[in-house]
Amino acid sequence: MIELQHLSKRFGGRKVEPVQALDDLSLSVPAGSLYGLLGPNGAGKTTALRILCTLLAPDAGQVQVGGVDALAEPRTVRRLLGYVAQEVAIDKILSGRELLHLQADLHHMGAADRLARTAELIELLAMEDWIDRRCGSYSGGMRRRLDLAAGLLHRPRVLVLDEPTVGLDIESRATIWQVLQQLRDQGTTVLLSSHYLEEVDALADRLAIIDGGRVIAEGTPAALKGALGGDRVTLRVREFSDEQEASQVRDLLAACHGVRQVVVNRSQGYSLNLVVEDSGVVETLRHQLAEAQLPVFALAQSRPSLDDVYLQATGRTLSDAELSVAGRRDLKEERKQSMR
Amino acid sequence: MTSASPSLAPVPSLGGEPSALAEITQETLALTRRLFVQLARRPSTLVAGVLQPLIWLVLFGALFANAPEGLLPGGISYGRFLGAGVIVFTAFSAALNAGLPVMFDREFGFLNRLLVAPLRSRSSIVFASVLYITSLSLVQSLAIMATAALLGYGWPGGVGLLLVLVTLLLLVFAVTALSLGLAFALPGHIELIAVIFVANLPLLFASTALAPISFMPPWLGWLAALNPLTFAIEPIRAAYAGSFHLTDVVLVAPYGSLNAATCLAILAGLAAGLFLLIRPMLDRKLT
Repeated sequence: MIELQHLSKRFGGRKVEPVQALDDLSLSVPAGSLYGLLGPNGAGKTTALRILCTLLAPDAGQVQVGGVDALAEPRTVRRLLGYVAQEVAIDKILSGRELLHLQADLHHMGAADRLARTAELIELLAMEDWIDRRCGSYSGGMRRRLDLAAGLLHRPRVLVLDEPTVGLDIESRATIWQVLQQLRDQGTTVLLSSHYLEEVDALADRLAIIDGGRVIAEGTPAALKGALGGDRVTLRVREFSDEQEASQVRDLLAACHGVRQVVVNRSQGYSLNLVVEDSGVVETLRHQLAEAQLPVFALAQSRPSLDDVYLQATGRTLSDAELSVAGRRDLKEERKQSMR
Repeated sequence: MTSASPSLAPVPSLGGEPSALAEITQETLALTRRLFVQLARRPSTLVAGVLQPLIWLVLFGALFANAPEGLLPGGISYGRFLGAGVIVFTAFSAALNAGLPVMFDREFGFLNRLLVAPLRSRSSIVFASVLYITSLSLVQSLAIMATAALLGYGWPGGVGLLLVLVTLLLLVFAVTALSLGLAFALPGHIELIAVIFVANLPLLFASTALAPISFMPPWLGWLAALNPLTFAIEPIRAAYAGSFHLTDVVLVAPYGSLNAATCLAILAGLAAGLFLLIRPMLDRKLT
């Protein structure tokens, strides 16, 4: 349903250091699926979605929605798409209902359809109690629900959501998750970006992990996790270790039977991330450490998660990536880019 | 929570589109309605917008109330002379500010909502602003004309009112287009406000709003005779002066004499030119 092919986009250049937001990104979203774009902030998710929604032109690459070339026929694609942006844009002076009516007119809906559809969405997203109040008085969750309703008003075949649940209360989040699943069950293609692992894991039929403007892994959550195999073990010999000790422990444990891989995680106080064959290996590890007279501050074992998929592909965890990217981002510049 | 509406429900058919005119009208009216709802809920804009030109009229009129009789062309009083200038300047200021709401929509991300919608023409955004500002200017102008009449500065009459309407529509269209173009081209509202600030008063002083060309040194006379405000002011002033025909000479400029029809044609040309100039900015898919 959605085909992004070899998208590249670079920002800045004259005054600011250029940023390669997208670097040959390709993605294919099957019709009727709920598809997740997972990646740290600054990975290029928003840029990819803005290009898909015809708000931004790529430097290179192709965009197709339902077989329509979005770069050649943007207006046709706009009718197929509903877009729920990350920064919720509403007019504080209008009431929620007035905003929905405005949206309906922008999509050239007839008067009867507009009324019926507005009523339907108000009920679906449980907005009756406050829809006639001015938007300026809404909480974050209300705004997000209203924005979702605006995106759904014209019955889009494809719904695109950029970080739909960031900073939301639990109730609003549950409502939105439920609506997205219903939509998918009824045949809408839903594409959402998120940097919440558990959200994508729980919701998405398929996902792509994006890092540095490229897709670094793609598939169903189960397949991606399953492909990694083995169990994950996180080990800290003490709360804050150092590089030398971490290397020593790594060399010691890497030689153990059943240990597939040992990675030193510098950003987490030189903890060690291990991939092991089965649960019995943990006992072996304890034994080895005791024999080498090394303490154990923490030792935890788990099934592979999407974070491990990310770690495997990039060598760092998603939360570390967030931190490192946060320092490098120029939010003012990004805001400028998002303005048209 | 009931069932979501099926997404497989009819999507607007891609072939056989409804008429472009109907769609543009629907978009434009919806966007205009939004501007009026904002005005109705923030009436301070309207109150200030009506009061300000009245203060201009009363204070400026008083300032030159004792000017010698017969100083101005046609021997009219300064107050009568001033009315047309205040009407045009008020409409001009409002239109020059038309870009500000669009700039704020850009900054708050609301404009993206318009840009991802399948608008038949993004010119609807311009049309909505023109409709809104023209209506607002008419209300302001009526207040100015009524006040001027009360002060004994005269009344333009039925044909005059029609002329005021047409002239303001042309001027507002041109200046609104310019302002919206700036709102799309400039980086933020600070820059837009700076441009408005710099453009506003000089264009007033370099026009015939406050004094006739015959009072000005030659260089300023030339500027005033090329200033679009002058082409709007002079026909309205002529209507105030009494019986009025489109072929009457209303502006004696250094380069020749212009009749009212020519002034209006110049304004129309300017409006069309600026509109065509900013259209690519509206339609530009991207930076």
